[in-house]
Amino acid sequence: MASLRVLVGCKRVIDYAVKIRVRPDALGVVTDGVKHSMNPFDENAIEEAVRMKQKKVVKEIVVVSCGPTQSQETIRTALAMGADRGIHVEVPKGTEENLQPLAIAKIFAKLVEKEKPDVVILGKQAIDDDSNQTTQLLAGLLEWPQGTMASVVEHSDGKLKITREIDGGLEDISVNLPAVISADLRLNEPRYATLPNIMKAKKKKIEKMSPEDLGVDVTPRLKVLKVVDPPVRAAGDKVPDVATLMSKLKERGHI
Amino acid sequence: MSLLRHALARGLSSGPTFNPVCEGVLGALTSAVGAENVTTSESARNLHGTDESFHPTRAPEAVVTPHTTEQVSAVMRICNENRIPVVPFGTGTGFEGGVGAMYGGISLALHKMTDIVEVNSSDFDATVRAGVTRHQLNDWIKEEGLQFPIDPGAGASVCGMCATSASGTNAVRYGTMRENVLNMEVVLADGRVIHTAGKGSRAKKTSCGYNLTNLFVGSEGTLGVITQATVRLYGVPEATAAAISSFPTIASAVETVVQVLQCGIPVARMEFLNPDMISACNSYSNLDLKVAPTLFFEFIGSPSGVEEQAQLAEELCTYNEGDNFTWATAQEDRTRLWKARHNCWYAVKAGYPGLHAYSTDVVVPVSRLPEIVEYCHELAGGMGVPAPIVGHVGDGNFHCFLLSDQNDTEEVARIKDFSGRLAERAQDLGGSCTGEHGIGLGKQALMERELGPHGIDTMATIKRSLDPNLILNPGKVLNMRHLC
Repeated sequence: MASLRVLVGCKRVIDYAVKIRVRPDALGVVTDGVKHSMNPFDENAIEEAVRMKQKKVVKEIVVVSCGPTQSQETIRTALAMGADRGIHVEVPKGTEENLQPLAIAKIFAKLVEKEKPDVVILGKQAIDDDSNQTTQLLAGLLEWPQGTMASVVEHSDGKLKITREIDGGLEDISVNLPAVISADLRLNEPRYATLPNIMKAKKKKIEKMSPEDLGVDVTPRLKVLKVVDPPVRAAGDKVPDVATLMSKLKERGHI
Repeated sequence: MSLLRHALARGLSSGPTFNPVCEGVLGALTSAVGAENVTTSESARNLHGTDESFHPTRAPEAVVTPHTTEQVSAVMRICNENRIPVVPFGTGTGFEGGVGAMYGGISLALHKMTDIVEVNSSDFDATVRAGVTRHQLNDWIKEEGLQFPIDPGAGASVCGMCATSASGTNAVRYGTMRENVLNMEVVLADGRVIHTAGKGSRAKKTSCGYNLTNLFVGSEGTLGVITQATVRLYGVPEATAAAISSFPTIASAVETVVQVLQCGIPVARMEFLNPDMISACNSYSNLDLKVAPTLFFEFIGSPSGVEEQAQLAEELCTYNEGDNFTWATAQEDRTRLWKARHNCWYAVKAGYPGLHAYSTDVVVPVSRLPEIVEYCHELAGGMGVPAPIVGHVGDGNFHCFLLSDQNDTEEVARIKDFSGRLAERAQDLGGSCTGEHGIGLGKQALMERELGPHGIDTMATIKRSLDPNLILNPGKVLNMRHLC
């Protein structure tokens, strides 16, 4: 029985079901008063850590979130799912959209130094910026092996066997520990937080700190120039029969 | 179709006087909700005249999409003054033809009223507008460890579930909509707005006057338009376990069910599949379940609690000669165990591509289940068709799926006959012609048989008082001849 320690990341994002509206200044989307929840891929990450703990592969799960005060709610959800304690790297409200993957990766690298986990599990990407970079950047900074887009993770003898979801299909790799993994949707079915666990989670510790406390400069390297709605879909044409359909498709160069 | 032709078609000498949706009315409706929310396009009309039932599409003359209660109220005033039928439309997932515009008029599409108004986690209640589906509500509240558990299978709207008094696989634990609606905002036929339990009330119990809330629950759009509902919430269970067991006979399965209930095992779900259904599911989902009467269980509670429940259930199954009892707690294993039950409908349809599937829906006292399932098999045998059955056996409610070519009038007639006989037998056994799907278009005669003339007259009195011009979903629930 191994006794690994896991660091898991989670991000507070606009709930996937919310209809997104572009801000009047076209530099972002409206977040005020909009429902937020844990990034779905991060739910998979936490669930995987909790399962590893249930299998007694893991002995402690530390969950980290970088963001404004409300990120604590996301950490509490992770604690309710089974993480042991939390770390909230707090930034002033309104500046969280400037936290880019490189900054996050640097924060996590510092936390890895501090906490010395054997595995770091992150969601493969956040549904707001869809970057899919943090895991890879972190692995680079730490010079640790990475298993990204994981849909199966198995532990044996100080190594992790990972199945990755890639464009061509599935790739099986083996990584030595310590390693960084990013969770994909099919990794597991995340559990729901239950009321008894939510109540217990209120007693678990959340340590607060700032990027400055960790000596990390989170100045953004990328500048958002413009955010626009996708173009409105134009109405289609109804055609009376297949022959007309074929000729129109040819006309427009589709076939 | 002209009104006279309508009347003749329904065998009436005179019908209610409805008017067509003319330019003037369209203009008034457009003023009320905005031009982008009124359409007469063929595809929109067909969509809104179609549900999941056996009944063919009956398109309205126009589709009107309000965004607020005030708009619904204005639309109702216009339609009431002009005698235009109004058919409220939620998600179109009903099973009894509730959305068909039998007398023309408009479909009142409520899907744009999408707000979740409030969730009170300490009080276990939530208030949602007409367009919110149960999946949307559950997504919204799950982070707080809460759920709205009524599960009719379909992705129905909560207010649509109120209108049809929906139920589902876990009624045995959580009840049906009748037990779970605390209050509703309803727009009456003349446009007046009421709150059935009083505006803002979230009381879990009340003795305040007539039970208006449960008058409108199950009224299938014939007494008012439900624009908002306050419903009960429950905690998400700490632990869940699933189990299945096959049995040598239906009687032994039902006896097990009775004993489970008698022992007070607080099952969340208890479902029955007959051999025909198991075969269909084995083919469709690539399973190799024993082709025999089978019970599917779901237990909820604390981790030790569900283990205890599963063990006791296993004892009861074995006592009644059940075998292959298998149980699981991990999410994926539970999903696998229940796969057959979840995919039932599609499994049956997949076995007969191109044919239309019809689901019967009757309920009897649990102890009479073996008799009625036997009768169902007899009827099917007589027709020479398979009779795959799935049943919410804890409530004595089951569905038999019958397949037919919708264009073959003889087949369709045979299915109607089958369904009618089955429903009558259920009534004779102390049950009802519909456990959860409602009356809609097709079960009106059965309802008359079930309630008797005085019962029907009482319903008709209520209907005529609330909707004197009979514009609300005409032709549904109560047959017109009781109203004119």
